[in-house]
Amino acid sequence: MRIWYFTEQSYHPAWEEVKGPLRIHFPSSIMPRETVSGLLNRYLDEYMLADEMGLDLMINEHHQSLTCMSSANIVTMAILARQTKKARLLSLGVPMGNRMDPLRVAEELAMVDNISGGRVEFGFVKGTPWELYMSNSNPAGMMERFWEAHDVVLKAFATRDGPFSWEGEHFNYRHVNLIPPIYQYPHPPMWLPGSGTDTAKEAARRGYVIASMMTGTVARNTFAAYRKEYQAVHGRPAKSDRMGYFCLMVTADNHEEARRRAEKLYAYSINTPRSPAHTFNPPGYNTIEANAQALLAHTAGADPHAGGTFMDGRPIPPNPTLEMLPEAGKVFWGTPDEVVKQLTKFNDFVGGLGNFLCMTQGGYMGHEETADSIRLIAKEIYPQVRHLGEEVVEPAVEPAE
Amino acid sequence: MADSPVYEQADIAGRQVELIVRGQGRPLLYLHAGDGIEPSLGFIERLSRSFKVTAASHPGFGASPRHGFRDVHDLAYHYLDLLDALKLASPVVVGASFGGWVAAEMAIRAPTRLGSLVLIDAVGIKTTSPDQRDIADLFSLTPAALNELVYKRPPPVPAPADIEAARRIAANQETLSRYAWAPTLHNPRLARWLHRITTPTLLLWGAEDRVVTPDYGRAYAKAIPGAKFQLIDDAGHFPEREQTEAVARAVEAFAGASASVPA
Repeated sequence: MRIWYFTEQSYHPAWEEVKGPLRIHFPSSIMPRETVSGLLNRYLDEYMLADEMGLDLMINEHHQSLTCMSSANIVTMAILARQTKKARLLSLGVPMGNRMDPLRVAEELAMVDNISGGRVEFGFVKGTPWELYMSNSNPAGMMERFWEAHDVVLKAFATRDGPFSWEGEHFNYRHVNLIPPIYQYPHPPMWLPGSGTDTAKEAARRGYVIASMMTGTVARNTFAAYRKEYQAVHGRPAKSDRMGYFCLMVTADNHEEARRRAEKLYAYSINTPRSPAHTFNPPGYNTIEANAQALLAHTAGADPHAGGTFMDGRPIPPNPTLEMLPEAGKVFWGTPDEVVKQLTKFNDFVGGLGNFLCMTQGGYMGHEETADSIRLIAKEIYPQVRHLGEEVVEPAVEPAE
Repeated sequence: MADSPVYEQADIAGRQVELIVRGQGRPLLYLHAGDGIEPSLGFIERLSRSFKVTAASHPGFGASPRHGFRDVHDLAYHYLDLLDALKLASPVVVGASFGGWVAAEMAIRAPTRLGSLVLIDAVGIKTTSPDQRDIADLFSLTPAALNELVYKRPPPVPAPADIEAARRIAANQETLSRYAWAPTLHNPRLARWLHRITTPTLLLWGAEDRVVTPDYGRAYAKAIPGAKFQLIDDAGHFPEREQTEAVARAVEAFAGASASVPA
């Protein structure tokens, strides 16, 4: 198992002051530039520390949100490409359904891949529903555009014999000739986030890493679908390095301090649904059939992250306690030994996990406690979980839908 | 709302669509708003007392396949095909809201193919500066807030009775987004060509429309040579639903079909 350190680079100082949604509508005048600048540099320091301690790094992107100031993940990627020496750098990623110019994305990544000496990994991200209200990309047909952008980027990476032209349904380029070319020819390791079985199968067919994001025990189904499809298409079992799971993880050298940190960190999960109510489900983002079912069940626009089950199948109650969250696969927290047990159990539950995407800075976590947590993860936890995911633990049966 | 009709299937230049045909008289093509054909069924029935009304689900709406259409331009050519396929001679073309936009796009392309044009609270043009929004962003509202905004006296938010009805609503919402998400509910170049509409044109406008105000309607009318503009009192964005009789009478008076059929 590889551990990828992550922070969403939030502007949490205003979460209390802003009473309503944390996205789109608040005035940016509530953000003094000294605080913004200080936080962005602090987050980079923490990424640098994680690199020094031997963790890999994940960088994301959101827009017009107080939960994430990383509005251009390539900027953080570029800085870390130059400033770090060891870490793999995972862009997870560029919301391709929202971006208007995939060639520009390919060009940016190629530069960063060269500067880092080939340490870039790249995720094609659908993007959140609420961001379509900023990018103004049409939610209807978004996935057609997503896959066409994917094809442009991959062809741009793989083409080394001069330009090609692209006259597609959504994108049109006279000449595509990537200068500099991608370092990791024909393309960097590719990731695809998602939790549905269709996405898992798509990732499996392409051999991309599937990344299940904060989905808790649903990840088991996702990975099972991936493994089944991978075996069918490639004729061999998928290694667990094709599986990625994202959730929160924090530690301290004693249980009480770890709990205090977990509470601060979990504020991320409590606050991240704070989007304007109308933005949860722009028409076309979900399929007509899914929307029809939701209309009939009166669940249209509901928070997709609510609910779920524990590893033993019991339903997760509303407002679960911190003590419940490790079993839900949402927050691993405690002393290093406690966290090792939780992570090992989850690894076994999902049938082997090769990549743990670890949000340790988030919510109200300050610098010292974040840095201490990073050190403990690297020194105390990592040596005990590194072997996990080297093989598929238990035949991953795809449970009934 | 009237009971769900049985839709006919028609072939329009090789494209299948669902439609209803009602009444006798001068041909009238009705182009529905962005929430589908269902909310207009009462108005269609009322118009059919004086006209032979043809009303289809736009491709992608209801159960009409989208046929790969991407924007309102596709719809405009589709409906010009429909006039030919169904041999509607000198038709009255009536469009409400989003349907009014489609009607205007038809008219700039083939002004002499239409006999008369009636736009009811139509969207489709941009009248103000780039940093002003002159059409309410219908995509940025919860269903309840949308319902409050569009009507003067909001009825209950429509709830689908079964999965088929739910699929139709979901299809309507997705397709409206596909055609009108951005630029939101308008074509920046449409106003430039409205001078081409030599068709006799009437604009009917809900006096209390908060989606596109009467001033927006007046600007629309001013750009169409000789167009008449008439307010419908006591109505919001959908006067054909809230003041069905008044709107139908206005269409009859304008299109010369009134009193030929007793009410």
